[in-house]
Amino acid sequence: MSILGAGIFKGMKVTLWNFVLSYFRRDRLTTNDYSWRPDGDLPQGIGDYPKEEGEQLSDTTTVTNYSRNFPMLLHDGGEPMDTVRCVACQICERECPPQCIYIEKDYDENGKYIKRPAVFDIDVSVCMSCQICVEVCPFDAIVMNSQFELSTPDRFGGLLVRRDDLLKSNDYYHQIHPEEAAARDQKMAAEKAAKEAKKKAAEEKARAAAEKKAAEAAMGDAE
Amino acid sequence: MSLELLTDILIATVPLMLIFATLFAFTTWLERKALARIQNRIGPNKVGIPCTRISLFGLGQPAADGIKMLFKEDIVPRGADRLFHLLAPILALIPAMLVLCFLPLEFPWTKSLLPVQAFLLDGAVIFFFAITGLNTLAVFMAGWASRNKYSLLGGMRAVAQMVSYEIPLVLSAVIVVMMVGNLNAAEIAKAQTGWWFVFTPWGLAAFIIFFIAALAETNRSPFDLPEAESEIIAGYFTEYSGFKFALFFLGEYIAMFAISGLAVTLFLGGGDGPGVTMNLVDQGLPTEAFPGLTVIWFLMKIFALIAVMIWLRGTLPRLRVDQLMGFAWKFMLPLSILNILVAGFAWHAEQLDNTFITVITWVISLAVLYGAASGLNQLNRPNVRPREYKYAE
Repeated sequence: MSILGAGIFKGMKVTLWNFVLSYFRRDRLTTNDYSWRPDGDLPQGIGDYPKEEGEQLSDTTTVTNYSRNFPMLLHDGGEPMDTVRCVACQICERECPPQCIYIEKDYDENGKYIKRPAVFDIDVSVCMSCQICVEVCPFDAIVMNSQFELSTPDRFGGLLVRRDDLLKSNDYYHQIHPEEAAARDQKMAAEKAAKEAKKKAAEEKARAAAEKKAAEAAMGDAE
Repeated sequence: MSLELLTDILIATVPLMLIFATLFAFTTWLERKALARIQNRIGPNKVGIPCTRISLFGLGQPAADGIKMLFKEDIVPRGADRLFHLLAPILALIPAMLVLCFLPLEFPWTKSLLPVQAFLLDGAVIFFFAITGLNTLAVFMAGWASRNKYSLLGGMRAVAQMVSYEIPLVLSAVIVVMMVGNLNAAEIAKAQTGWWFVFTPWGLAAFIIFFIAALAETNRSPFDLPEAESEIIAGYFTEYSGFKFALFFLGEYIAMFAISGLAVTLFLGGGDGPGVTMNLVDQGLPTEAFPGLTVIWFLMKIFALIAVMIWLRGTLPRLRVDQLMGFAWKFMLPLSILNILVAGFAWHAEQLDNTFITVITWVISLAVLYGAASGLNQLNRPNVRPREYKYAE
């Protein structure tokens, strides 16, 4: 039988150790320090923060690879609306737990559905950063951004992010989440290759069938 | 009322309020810093002297928070009882401020006056508990006057908790009163010069019970479920904003100081410490090496207790409601009643003035108290078997 209250002292030892070591070991500090310290040897995620408005973030203020907050839409470079991956299938809109996504499909002048969103709004005041939209998207069109400078004087319009502000290039994605972006590109390439192989196989099958048919017809003619 | 008496009262009380209000501001900063460090964060480190870039480890944070609270909109819900909604935070603060006057703080500037503390009262300990009991009323008033289900539920929880934990709190204070034979706070502190009550087995047990009950009484973690920030909005002060909220906050911290001060008075020797010696000349107040030394010791002991409270807050998870109530009624109450019996026997044994008997008493009472505590622990052990999986491996 253990001594009464030993567990509490054990826990207190752990927290005391955390308390003391956090003063001596910088790498224990997991949060992003909005500090104006000129120290150069800080680990990634801790560093200078701009003092004045408009000043650029220094290189040491990069957010870490795994930080993410709100979703963004990906396009493959060039004119954003031409290469946007989103086809306005509205799966994310339906899956979103707090229902912060609003999508309208795009139609041409003949009323024919073009595979892209006419309206794509995310209310970041409602979004809870659960990343479910990213997981359900079959087109790898929506991923998480790590933009954290979101303060605005307008709490309604200012926090409703429109389609054009959501569109970000794949290059930007590679910049902020290199590992994840590379993995996603690889996955997409594999899917594409599989799809093409399947298409090729189907074509060959069709061609073989046609040849067979032609041969049969020829045989029939010969008879 | 003569002018002289009025001056005396002001000299005795105004510094007390100023000192503890300043200490409150410092403690909020200390708590945020300590909790942050426990969680490997930095804590407030930006606000310092305005208009300069001197940040002083964020020591300006409490002032900035105070200004923010003052300028916030004061929202009273529609249908709320406006009068009681206003009175509740005031009623939460006043008893906490009032009981500070009963702490045996011997300020140098009050030495010339007759009272050594702000109010010299023979029944100080009883009065202390009577006044702190008012806090329960303030909490329930806040919950009821808000006209909000969640506030009311939070208030009910808080009242149930505070009423339950008041019993072990008072019963553990009874031991000290038995030993000293006096209810006067200054006399109790004086009786411990050189040998504090916490150094005896029954005193230690009573101190631990008192400290745990004090945590629950001031709604501190791990008993902070009436206002659990992460669970039920904000408990009884859900509907409070602006300065009324700040008053609740202030009241809570002042209550922490007050109850720590009482713990120091009852168990940790009051202002006793190195440099303070017993007054053998006229059996009056202990003599100190320089004026104000007892006050410094007293405040340092209070801060030590508050540091432990913060440390515990960073360590322990919150209790469930049934665990909270079970702990009060099934563990603390029987143990504190047994402790009174032990202390009674020990007092009679000490009257014999025999070293051998005293040693025996100590050993026996230690064994009895520890045995009772672990026995109660065994009895209260929840009947939980390891989970059996039917289908999964």
